[in-house]
Amino acid sequence: MAQLPDHLLKRAAEARAKAEGRTVDDVMAEMKGEPAAASPSPAAAVTSGPGRDLDAEAATYGVPRPLLERSMFARARMDGTAVPAMAGAPAAAPAATASAAAAPAAAAPTGPPPGVRTQRLLTVVKAGAIQGTTKEPADKVNVWPHLLAIEFVALLAMSAFLFLLSALMDAPLLEFANFNEQPNPSKAPWYFLGLQELLAYFDPQVAGVIIPGFGIAALAFIPYIDRNPSVRPSNRKLAISLFTVFFMGAAVLTIFGSFFRGPGFNFVFPWTDGIFFDDLLAILE
Amino acid sequence: MVDGNGRTSVKDAVTGMGDHVRNSQVWNSIFRPGSPMRADGGDSPRNRAYVVMNNVLYHLHPVKVKRHGVRLSYTLCLGGLSFFLFILLTVTGIFLMFYYRPTSPQAYFDLQALATDVAFGQLVRNMHRWGAHIMVLTVFLHMARVFYHGAYKPPREFNWVVGIVLLLLTLLLSFTGYLLPWDQLALWAVTVGSNMAAYTPVFGNQVTFALIGGIQITADTLLRWYVLHVLFLPFIITIFMAVHFWRVRKDGGISGPL
Ligand code: HEM
Repeated sequence: MAQLPDHLLKRAAEARAKAEGRTVDDVMAEMKGEPAAASPSPAAAVTSGPGRDLDAEAATYGVPRPLLERSMFARARMDGTAVPAMAGAPAAAPAATASAAAAPAAAAPTGPPPGVRTQRLLTVVKAGAIQGTTKEPADKVNVWPHLLAIEFVALLAMSAFLFLLSALMDAPLLEFANFNEQPNPSKAPWYFLGLQELLAYFDPQVAGVIIPGFGIAALAFIPYIDRNPSVRPSNRKLAISLFTVFFMGAAVLTIFGSFFRGPGFNFVFPWTDGIFFDDLLAILE
Repeated sequence: MVDGNGRTSVKDAVTGMGDHVRNSQVWNSIFRPGSPMRADGGDSPRNRAYVVMNNVLYHLHPVKVKRHGVRLSYTLCLGGLSFFLFILLTVTGIFLMFYYRPTSPQAYFDLQALATDVAFGQLVRNMHRWGAHIMVLTVFLHMARVFYHGAYKPPREFNWVVGIVLLLLTLLLSFTGYLLPWDQLALWAVTVGSNMAAYTPVFGNQVTFALIGGIQITADTLLRWYVLHVLFLPFIITIFMAVHFWRVRKDGGISGPL
């Protein structure tokens, strides 16, 4: 018990003293291994007060005697009154004799009165949960109304924009499909025009298959290639530069293919030669 | 409330009717506890949680999110808008299906009739087409915003890969739809696009054959791409979107703050 902090020792002593009806100093001294100070005999306390015949009560109420004893002691402890003298055979005889055998001074027993449980301090566990939680508290807000309101507004804005656009601009519908008459230029949908633009520079194997194939694969593998754990832009200069170059490169190629290519997919200036981009036919006419 | 002449005022009658409806069993069976639609659905922290938890919404959103995650400037709503556009495209697409036959030459004439014979036909077609273009844009921009936030870093690596699949599916959906008007623009844009597939090493011819259902584009291609466009690809992209949204939540919600 040597390492026990004083305040814990004191708490244990207080509890023990309360249970055994002794003074705190007395118990404390005993716990520290010093000779007990003179104190009123607990036996005297136990036997004072008006008596109760527990055996008779047990018979009358049909409650087992040990339970009656226990409640009696508990009540006395709670009210701070003396324990009534018990008439009848002491039911806790086995426990009493055991403690008597251990302590020869049976007249003034140091153990708890029969039927009273005491607790001993076995160990001190450091403060902290047994099961660690990994989640840190975060600053959170309710989805309703904060997020849903924003989403609803975004949704309305997009609907309004699309509705207006569609009211003002008709989708193109050219002449009936004719397998014998290829328009000049023929352009892929705009999101493939970057690739079609590449076809003007490279062999079709390279522009049509290798570059897009490797491009997609490289995109998909980004998380496994970029092992830098930081998300701060200042720590990711290389990643950001590379991505920006490729993203902007693709955008420039697409814009080029869309607006700067005319008949025969030859280079044109849209402001002098006109725009050859059928997707936007409605506003071009 | 009864007025001086012993009659119930119109306003009170309407209010009373409203209360009656809002306390009825039918009403309360539709709107689950916590809903602001219910008589007992006042504003309280508990009800704010219930609005999400007691609702099909709970499949999409948690009860609470990080404060920075609701800032418009973080996600720019781009993923959400891509999803919303997908829904708009589904709705307008179903409308178009009522008036469209994937055969030659009916496909073309059906689109012409849409502009002249069908109420709001042209408007819905426009919304479907422009909506598709905008969705391709928002998906690309969503990808860029995810990249610039480093939101693909652990534990979100796989959701990025799912996102790439979504990007490809979005492009395929748009591309298969491109052929359906069966006009010169459709035919030759798709010809140019699918010619690129022919350059696939070794299997070029087989890939083209599977893609256009023959050695060149015919009315069979139209039917094939129609089925891909209205059934197969939407089905697949829906599954991937479900996984995508589920992973956003399981990976700890929106990433960041930076
Ligand atoms: C049909 C296409 C797509 C839809 C409907 C979609 C939808 C969404 C939504 C609603 C979110 C929640 C946050 C936000 O709105 O930004 C999200 C997050 C995310 N998306 Fe997408 N997405 C799509 C395509 C993509 C693509 C192409 C990529 C990347 C290649 C991607 C990667 C991610 C990642 C990594 C997250 C988590 C971001 C974070 O935690 O900040 N998604 N997506």
